[in-house]
Formats: sequence, structure tokens, C-alpha cells
Amino acid sequence: MTSFRTLFFRGKPDRSLSRARRAGKKGSSELAHERFKFIRVFFVLGIVGLLVLLTGIIITLGPLNISVADSYAALLARFWPESFAVDPLTSRVVWNIRFPRILGGILAGFGLGICGCVMQAVLKNPLASPFTLGITAGAQFGISIAAVIGISILSGPFFIIGNAFAFALICSLFIIGLAAIKGATSENLVLAGIAVNYFFTAISQLLKYFASDEQLRLMTNWGMGDLAAFSWTNSQILLAVFVICIPLLMSKCWDLNIMTAGDETAKSIGVNAERTRIFIMVVSSLLVATVVCFMGTIAFVGLVAPHMARMVIGGDHRFLIPASGVLGALVLMSADAVGMNLIAPTIIPTGIMTSIVGVPFFMYLMMKGKRKEFWT
Amino acid sequence: MMIKLQAKEIVFGYTSNTILDNVNFEIAPSKLVTIVGPNGSGKSTLIKCIDRIASPQGGSILIDRKDVTKMSRMDLARYLSYVPQSSVRIFPTNVFDTILMGRRPHIGWMGSDRDEKKVWEVLRLLDIEKLAMSNFSELSGGQQQKVLIARALVQEAEVMLLDEPTSNLDIWHQLDVMNIIRDVVRKKEITAIMALHDLNLASYYSDRIIMMKKGRIVAAGDPQSVITEENIASVYRVEAAITSLSERPVIMPLRQIVGARA
Repeated sequence: MTSFRTLFFRGKPDRSLSRARRAGKKGSSELAHERFKFIRVFFVLGIVGLLVLLTGIIITLGPLNISVADSYAALLARFWPESFAVDPLTSRVVWNIRFPRILGGILAGFGLGICGCVMQAVLKNPLASPFTLGITAGAQFGISIAAVIGISILSGPFFIIGNAFAFALICSLFIIGLAAIKGATSENLVLAGIAVNYFFTAISQLLKYFASDEQLRLMTNWGMGDLAAFSWTNSQILLAVFVICIPLLMSKCWDLNIMTAGDETAKSIGVNAERTRIFIMVVSSLLVATVVCFMGTIAFVGLVAPHMARMVIGGDHRFLIPASGVLGALVLMSADAVGMNLIAPTIIPTGIMTSIVGVPFFMYLMMKGKRKEFWT
Repeated sequence: MMIKLQAKEIVFGYTSNTILDNVNFEIAPSKLVTIVGPNGSGKSTLIKCIDRIASPQGGSILIDRKDVTKMSRMDLARYLSYVPQSSVRIFPTNVFDTILMGRRPHIGWMGSDRDEKKVWEVLRLLDIEKLAMSNFSELSGGQQQKVLIARALVQEAEVMLLDEPTSNLDIWHQLDVMNIIRDVVRKKEITAIMALHDLNLASYYSDRIIMMKKGRIVAAGDPQSVITEENIASVYRVEAAITSLSERPVIMPLRQIVGARA
């Protein structure tokens, strides 16, 4: 009788080693992989270099003429006054006027980019951004209450900002809590986020309806997103939150890689999918709430910076998280520089400019990109 | 290291619907075991309960006399690996990174050359080295299945669970995937437990077959003792002719048994 083996296995693939392998050399796939790893590191270092370069260039833009070399010297002179000589006026303009705004842009863009990246991963949703979870709606609601009703959790300079922060956090924690009770799947989180978003937006609209002209103006300005409010104190607060949150997010980079493959797979590889999702959401909500309360809504950066990074370096979060952050910073600071200088002395709010400059650039990348993405 | 797996009184269900009803079995080391049964008999659920992807309401699963229900997920992943039926990727990931995920239970924070070497070893073992830099979503069904098996293999667990690994494949790839599974069971001395629909594949490749109906095990043993006309009639409600090829039963379904109680 003919056996299964003779019937079916004549064409069994030859698994013998290739000549190159026997000689101990790396195969073509291994070389391609080495090249890919090199590109990944090179890309991250490259965009960090670009960020430093752009910072120097953007500092030169403005009424007082400062050269690129002077702008770096003015920054470095703060740390090594003996080695770098700059005249006091340049130093003051750079350190007190131009650099704080640029630093604010870098920090905000970095935070939003990173949060967009990790949220897209845990929600398995390319449309997720730091605002999917109702953070903007919550912050806007906090601002409306402070402006219209005059109630805030903090007084003094943080009267409005404090309320924005508190309600942004309350709103997103409420959504995370809802999803946690019902099972923290990505679908539950996105649905709860959208529902709560609509609710808080509606209440803000209601408050706007009763607001005076001055109160309306305050609320609208915040909604446009602006770096003008950024001071050294704000940057220090942001930096402190970054120092706590970003290492926490980076510590989960392997789990994030695995989470994109779905909850079942994640569990079978040893990752508690729901707990990781809630952890990432809580940490990134804290980060985004801090950014948003200082500068208002800048929705675009958090959505696209991770996609830009993914187009070049793929989905490994060890590199994707820092790359998304740096790209977010690059987009935000360049857009703000354009907004500052396009029709100077009028300054176009950062939030508006980010979308006007960023969207065409992103569209270009989308059409041009060789790597096959999920939207093709 | 040889590992024995025992399931004791596994119960699983949703509010009014019992899916697994007091399931007991014991599996000897380095065997290829298939779980067969009609749709809804609880095959896939049993596989998921063993790996705690679904949490059983009662019973215990012992590996090496250790209760997996009391282990952390990470510890469990060192004993058990799982190959899903298919995997949809939302974000593009290359094959190498997809397989590297399986190293998670062993990996440090940055990953090491050792982990990458393991991935290359398995890529070569399954003859898919050339696909390493391809995008997972652009592969054919057979290639994707091999990549998912490779990911489970780099996990270096003693027991591999597979959920219908041949369900979306043509017959060439069905044999290809089954050969791979049989080879790794022999070479690496691991145990493979898989839910399978194709009774002939189960018969040809398995050391042991577990046949289920409505959440209970109705027959278990070597293929000759499980794949019988009586069992097929009572479990599947199908009249079948059974012959033999290389001492393995081969089944030819003839007609449905209408009117008999399921």
C-alpha cells in the first residue's frame, strides 16, 4: 500500500544550509537586518541632530540680528561662562525671550508625540491620539468653569491652568475607570472616550452660550493652542513630569511591541494586556494633561508623529518612542517658528500653524512613502 | 527536561452556557496531541483555558506538578507557548520583529545578541530566513502561520498550544505546517497540543487524539482507538467509512445522520 509519505512528501523543501552559511558568513537576510538596525539608530540620532540645528536657526529669527553661532554660544555660555563670550543683550534675548518658547515647543511636541505613539499601540488604533481619551474636552471644560463660573481648584497664576489640568485628568481617569470596570479592551476605551468627549464638549458649549465676550475670548484662545504662555517655570514643571513619566513608558517598550499583536497573543507571551493598557493610559494622560493645560489644543502632532516615525523605522517601540517624541518636537517647533515670523509682528497661534504646515507635509510623506502602511 | 501536563476538572462557561464541563486529561512528554470535535465542542476554548487566555471557573492545570493558575503570566509563558489561528497586524511589523516578540519572557530591557541569534536559528529551522525583513501582513496564509509557529518556538516553552493551525491553508501548506510541528516535537522534545478540524491530518500526525463533544471528552487515545465509525457517528452525526493507510485510520465521510439527537 502506498504510504502518505511517498504520496505527498516528494517535494519536501530542502532544509540544508546554504553555502554561505556553511562558510560561517552572514546570509543576505542577516545583512539586510543589520542594515535596518543601523538605519534605525542613524535615523534617531539624525533627527536629534536636526533638532539641535533647527533650535540654533530658529533662535536667529526675530527683530534683533543674532547669528547661528551666537545663538549656540548664548545657550552654552549659561553653563560654561568662561568658554563662551556673548554680549549681554544677545544673551538676554536668547535666554529670556526666544529660547523659552522654543524649549516649550520642543517639550510639548516631545510629550505629545510619545503619548500618541504609546496610545496608538495599546488601543491598536492608528486614529488614536492623546485626545482620543477626552483630555482636551476635559481641559476645555475646566477652563470654561474657571472663566465663566469663576471656580477653580487653584488660585493665583494657576487659576485657569490648574483647572484645565485637573479636569483633563479627571476626564481621562473617568474614561479609564469606566473601561476598567467593563474590561479594558481597546474598543471599550475608544468608545468610552468618544462618548465622554461629546458630553464634556456639550457642557463647555453650554457655558459658552452664557459667557460674556471677554470670557468667550479666553476660551477660544486656549482652544487654538499657543506657546506664548510658556515660561521657564512652566518648562521646569513639564520637565519634572517628563522625568517621571517617560522612563515609565520606555520601561514598557517590549510589552508595547507585543500589545500591537492583540490581547490573546500578548497574554500568551506573558504580558497582562489589560493591566498594561491601563498603566500606559494613566501615565500618558498625566503627561498630556500637563502639556495641554499650559498650551491648549494641539491635536495634530500626537496623531502623526508616530506615523512618520513608523514609516521609516518600523514598529519597534525601543526606537519608535524616542523617534515619535523627537519628530513631534520638530514638527511643533518648526510650525511655531513659521507662525511667529510669517506675518510678523502678528503671531499666528501654534495650534493653527501646526496643522496648516504639518498636514501638507504629512500628506506628502503618505503619498511618497515606500513602506506599505495600513491605509494602503 | 521532560514535562507532563495534567488538566483536572476544568470548567468554563458564560452565564448560562457551559462550554467546558469537567474536563480531565493527562499528556505524556514530547507527544503530538490533537483535540478534535465538532464546531462549538470546546476545542479552542480548552486550548485557551490551558494557556489562561480564557480563565477557567474551576479546576486546575498542572505542568510538572505546578499549578499554572497560580503562576504569573510571565512564568506561565516560559512553560507554555500559543500559536493563534491567525493574526491581524494593524501597524506594519517585519517578520523578524514579530518573531522576536516571543523572546519577551527571557529578554532584558534592551534585548541581546543571544535573542537575535535564537530568532535566526528558528528562521533557518523553518526555512523562512528570506522572509525576515518582509512585512508580516503581506505574507501568504501559510507563511504567516510559519511565522506564528516560529514566534512560539523562540519562546522556548516545553508545551506548544496551537489553535487550528491548518484551517486557512491549502493541502500543500497543511502538510508543510504539520511536518514542521511534528519535526519540532521530535527534535526539541516538546509537547504540541493542537485543536484541529481535519480528522485525517489528526489521524496521520498525532500520537494521541482527544475527541470532544459539548465540552466533554468522549474519547482519548491513539488514532486507531479514537477515529472509529461509532465515535464519528455519535460525536459528529456523520456516517463515515474508515480504512487504513500505514496503520493510520483514514476517514471518508459518507452522509449526515438526520434526526439523531445531537
